[in-house]
Amino acid sequence: MEMFTQQMINALIIGSFYALIALGYSMVYGIIKLLNFAHGDLYMVGAFVGFAVLSLFGGGTGLLGVVVAFFAALLFGGLLGIGIERVAYRPLLSSPRLTILITAVGVSLVLENGVMKSFGPSFKVYPVQLPTEGFQIFGATLTYAQILIILLSVLLMTALHLFVTRSLYGKAMRAISIDHAATSLMGIPVTRIISLTFFIGSSLAAASGMMAGMYYGQISFMMGFIVGLKAFTAAVIGGIGSIPGAMLGGLVLGLLESFGTVWLGSEWKDVFAFSILILILVLKPTGLLGENVTERM
Amino acid sequence: MAQLQTTTPLAKKSPLIPVLLALFAVILFLMPYYANNYMLDVATMALFYVVLALGLNIVVGYAGLLDLGYSAFFAVGAYTSAILMTQFQMNFWLTFLIGGALAALAGIIIGAPTLRLRSDYLAIVTLGFGEIIRITALNLEITGSSSGIFGIPRPSIGGYAFTHLYDFYWAMLLLAILTLFAVNRLGNSRLGRAWKYIREDEDAAEAMGIDRVRVKLIAYALGAMFGGFAGSLFAVKMSAIAPESFNFMQSVMILLAIVFGGLGRLPGVVLGAVLVIILPELMRSFAEWRFLLFGIALVVMMIFRPQGLWPSGRGKTE
Repeated sequence: MEMFTQQMINALIIGSFYALIALGYSMVYGIIKLLNFAHGDLYMVGAFVGFAVLSLFGGGTGLLGVVVAFFAALLFGGLLGIGIERVAYRPLLSSPRLTILITAVGVSLVLENGVMKSFGPSFKVYPVQLPTEGFQIFGATLTYAQILIILLSVLLMTALHLFVTRSLYGKAMRAISIDHAATSLMGIPVTRIISLTFFIGSSLAAASGMMAGMYYGQISFMMGFIVGLKAFTAAVIGGIGSIPGAMLGGLVLGLLESFGTVWLGSEWKDVFAFSILILILVLKPTGLLGENVTERM
Repeated sequence: MAQLQTTTPLAKKSPLIPVLLALFAVILFLMPYYANNYMLDVATMALFYVVLALGLNIVVGYAGLLDLGYSAFFAVGAYTSAILMTQFQMNFWLTFLIGGALAALAGIIIGAPTLRLRSDYLAIVTLGFGEIIRITALNLEITGSSSGIFGIPRPSIGGYAFTHLYDFYWAMLLLAILTLFAVNRLGNSRLGRAWKYIREDEDAAEAMGIDRVRVKLIAYALGAMFGGFAGSLFAVKMSAIAPESFNFMQSVMILLAIVFGGLGRLPGVVLGAVLVIILPELMRSFAEWRFLLFGIALVVMMIFRPQGLWPSGRGKTE
């Protein structure tokens, strides 16, 4: 029971990170049908922005430093997302699918190696560690920091969901994902809405990277690679293009992975996650809550 | 209608070209007599990349399917040879064939469930598959876990044992030429035309009676097979292999080679493979900048010159 509860808590945390990244995948995919391969690297960039800001504050970083670092990561990640879309993807929106996918791989390489050149190739220890106080629940320890991460993730996801379903901008996003050209004819600034989508998706990934950095305590320039892949898996499990699906997918993958690790051992963790991805794609490519994706373009 | 024939056989263009090609082949075959060991080693690596790039070209260049886990197939070939030779004392040439066959089988296993899906899903699944293979090699006993397999015996033909660098150079050169020939023939065959048709317009191709899934699957299996052959030869050349030789960056390098030269055009693919190996050697001092520059190159190429450095002489395809 104790073990079970502890794994549940782990699953919730990992699931929140995956869900936040998966949202960006899903939003961008929903709106321009691009699999933004570089998305996982924005998570990594967010972690490094947080690291840089916290290091600036020096040793005596209080809550203020953490809050500033969080918003810096959020903002920087979002702006970087806009920049990437503008420079690398927008000129290619009408090109063959293969072209833009290869570009995305290139962007990912640039981000990873750009960070490696600026911060060095070794693991970096986060300057601020999360406090470990907490309380016992069913024999497992739940820290306040963990509660905060889960709450913050839920808050961000709820805000996003409301934004997309209730606001005018969200309506424009949904319209673009249905029909690009028609939306443009209705006088909606399509490119600006696409930029906005990239901003939101990227900043969520960056925020999640910053939280992961604090939570795990160390970061490296390659940390976004595997996590990005898993977040994509989460997006596919939930149904790509669907926002509640991305959240659900993140949680499901977090749970499967936590318990799969207990069952198979941690060295098979990634193999397990990717096998699930392949299984889902074979058995139910639309995911749990997804629209029909097998339709060809 | 886009022009579908992209790999025109060179020989048809000018009578001078076969002569030049033959001359070039002679220069390459004589390389061990005038080059030093370092040059020979780089050349062997370049030829190895030529084989890999040609194999990947079938999948990405001809059939238009993005494969981000190609190093998995070359890992299958390399590990097959390594395991069969060290544990079962099998003859290298037999393991070479088995390696290619198993790689093709791996291609079918990964392709069959995913080829029905959209091509961008395939990209991620192949990436995941590449990681699965690497991590499996890292964890299993039989693949020597993280230290890999070493002491792989040298192959021999008849009584002649491969002991020198130039033996492997010649073997690799032969494999590269055979692969070039085979891939060129495949590209111009009925099957090759079907691949390019699918790449240009999948629905139209299907309406013309092309079995979409089957044709893609063949592309996948054949591409994987050449990767397996190259991997098998790589294993005996290095005499030791480790999981890290087959990571994602390898797949990216091979992809870069074909993007650089020109997707689907064989002279370009060969040029790209050679460049990807030789450029980093020429600028050793930039070694740590390599992948950053490669990433920028991928983006810039796709935006400004998607047809590659050496596109086909005839009309553009895309």
